[in-house]
Amino acid sequence: MNFLLLKRLRVGISVFFLAFLVLLFIDFRKSFPKEVYEWAVSLQFVPSLLKTISVSGVVAFGFIIVLLLTILFGRVYCSMLCPLGIFQDFVSWLSGKTKKKRKYKYQKAWTILRYTLLAIAVLPLLFGSITLVTLLDPYSLFGRISTTLFKPVVVVFNNLFAAGFAKADIYNWLYRYDMVPVPSAILIITTFFMAGIVLAAFYRGRLYCNAVCPVGTFLGFISKFSIFKITLDKNQCTKCGRCARVCKSECIDLKTQKIDYSRCVACYNCLTVCTDRAMTYKPARSEAIVKPERVAPTAAAKSKRAVSDPSKRNFLITGIVGVAALYGFKAPEIQTEPKKTKVIKPKGESTVPEKKTSPVSPPGSRSVERFNKICTGCSLCVSACPTKVLQPAFLEYGLIGMMQPHMNYRKGLCEFDCNLCSDVCPTGAIVPITMEAKHLLQIGQVHFEKKNCIVETEKTDCGACSEHCPTKAVHMVPYG
Amino acid sequence: MERRKFITSGIGAGIATGAAITFGGIDNLMAGNSAAPYDMVAVRGGEPDVMFDKGIEALGGMSKFVKPGQKVLIKPNIGWDRVPERGANTNPILVKRIVEQCLKAGAKEVFVFDHTCHEWTKCYKNSGIEAAVTAAGGKMVPGDSERYYQKVEVTGSSKLKEMKVHELLISSDVFINVPILKHHSSSKISISMKNMMGCVWDRGFWHKNDLHQCIADFLHYKKPDLNVVDAYYVLKQNGPMGVSLDDVITMKSLIISKDIVAADAAATKFFGKNPAEINHIQMAYAAGLGEMDLSKLNINRINL
Repeated sequence: MNFLLLKRLRVGISVFFLAFLVLLFIDFRKSFPKEVYEWAVSLQFVPSLLKTISVSGVVAFGFIIVLLLTILFGRVYCSMLCPLGIFQDFVSWLSGKTKKKRKYKYQKAWTILRYTLLAIAVLPLLFGSITLVTLLDPYSLFGRISTTLFKPVVVVFNNLFAAGFAKADIYNWLYRYDMVPVPSAILIITTFFMAGIVLAAFYRGRLYCNAVCPVGTFLGFISKFSIFKITLDKNQCTKCGRCARVCKSECIDLKTQKIDYSRCVACYNCLTVCTDRAMTYKPARSEAIVKPERVAPTAAAKSKRAVSDPSKRNFLITGIVGVAALYGFKAPEIQTEPKKTKVIKPKGESTVPEKKTSPVSPPGSRSVERFNKICTGCSLCVSACPTKVLQPAFLEYGLIGMMQPHMNYRKGLCEFDCNLCSDVCPTGAIVPITMEAKHLLQIGQVHFEKKNCIVETEKTDCGACSEHCPTKAVHMVPYG
Repeated sequence: MERRKFITSGIGAGIATGAAITFGGIDNLMAGNSAAPYDMVAVRGGEPDVMFDKGIEALGGMSKFVKPGQKVLIKPNIGWDRVPERGANTNPILVKRIVEQCLKAGAKEVFVFDHTCHEWTKCYKNSGIEAAVTAAGGKMVPGDSERYYQKVEVTGSSKLKEMKVHELLISSDVFINVPILKHHSSSKISISMKNMMGCVWDRGFWHKNDLHQCIADFLHYKKPDLNVVDAYYVLKQNGPMGVSLDDVITMKSLIISKDIVAADAAATKFFGKNPAEINHIQMAYAAGLGEMDLSKLNINRINL
């Protein structure tokens, strides 16, 4: 097998997906039709899994494909499809370009941490909280990094060039764009994650994927049993260490000549550098799956075994809890299946200061409660929303819905003839709705505060509300 | 109101059966002074482009308004994500012909823009105006970022003392206003003067500070060099965007005038209302910004 070709294929696919997803998230010119969105995010593990569970009658095949790929080839999702993983590779690549040629070396796995994080991400789903999945899911995290950190940079440069062109009366190449500022809390959280991941990737390669990421931990467990594996032929290996130096997962232990498959992200770097013909990528023989040999158990190996057992136990517990949790959050969804919009009750007497009593979730989310349980806050809808009415929430939904999008009517209006957010939502938090359904959908109810109306206070004509009402449910009557 | 009910009602009948009330009135005014240069042309019964050709010819041709090498800005109403038949936006066939005429008269460049209410790219596309303008050799200009707008002072006005207008409004040599005649829930009727609201960034200020006065005040800053009122499809109710096709009647008419107040007064009559009832027309007239009394105008009426 030509390993160089294999690695180049991996690099090619990963560069394509990274570039594609970055473009999708930073696009402010509506360059992509909705089919492209659907296709581009269809292979993302968590959203696809959530969509299958949350939208009855829909099976998003993405997570099944990812599972099959993992069983076949190991964590290829992590190396070729996950935008956050590929982004870390990019950072690692840059770090390799620095003066000090950076070398990796084998590090012990942070087994307890990763399984604990997987457990505490999945466990709260039982109680209807998706917050930790929202925080840690690599796709969603990457989406937020792109929209809150990359996009503004692109917009600033775009506006600079567009302004230059406008001076020369050229308006049709670039146009200026006004970005809605991201709530500072979200900016801080996202920057924090971004900084952490960049630092980790710069010095330790795929540390986030192998210590924090719940998807990485889950797929890592499965990839222990995958069919195709990178194997190290002990008879050929001279322990030269080339492979370990390029291993971003720091998972090749030359002392024992073992590869930690739960951490290997199938990047194939090691295959291309081995000069001993000791490394191969092939269907693993049964012995590879059998427990490690126990000749001369060193202290290190002992401690490794000691943690490897609880890891499996942890995993099983997590799995059971996970299934229960998924079942748990499916159940209330059925109860709220009849389209129920939250009734907003004004608080007592009309007051001059505006008092909002309820956040408004996007059309197609069915109810705020349901939406809060499913959305992972990837912000793809925020990026796609043509009128900017969809903005990431800070505390509008409470802590539970932080970073999920809400309808911010200060920033825009939800257009009658638009259902784009429901088309692009990869998790099914926003259920796909047809245009006909959108036209009949009550997103919320408006409360008219007559004391605040210009016609009442200024005694002059206004009518802006009626002007924008597509059904003329709001219409003007003679007054005064 | 349903279309059937509307047609049977008095005003609707007047318009639908040939605008006997209003057009007849305008027609009568013309008798005797047709030799003098016209203040206004009213055309009826043709396609938008044909009506414009006839109308502008009667005013002495496009070369009277556009000189070779000039930079022209055309401001249609493209406010809504609606197809032309819905009568919410200016007819694309009309806009196209105006662009062509400007270029034929030697214009260096012809720009078309609106600060839309709905998302601008959808408005530009679905109104048919983007395709029409591009095909004619004009250029669509975005108006959706505050960065395109510059602050200007308005002198002599009563409420609107300063505002941010689109930069092309400042830099263009010729400014052609191409509104559509339609019902409007805020200003009662939307014609030439109301169309100027799409040149500014902060429309909310107008709404908050006496809408009609601000509409009239804008003219203290700038009056278009030419006003071309599209009354081909006319949205008679549920304006400014309409609920369905039932809100629209086909009137196949066009009004062209240099005087924005006069154009609006005539179009208002055409719509079946009295210009004096429309506050902003009355205010602009009272401030001496144009003529509301049609009897003082020399109007050429062309029936195709």
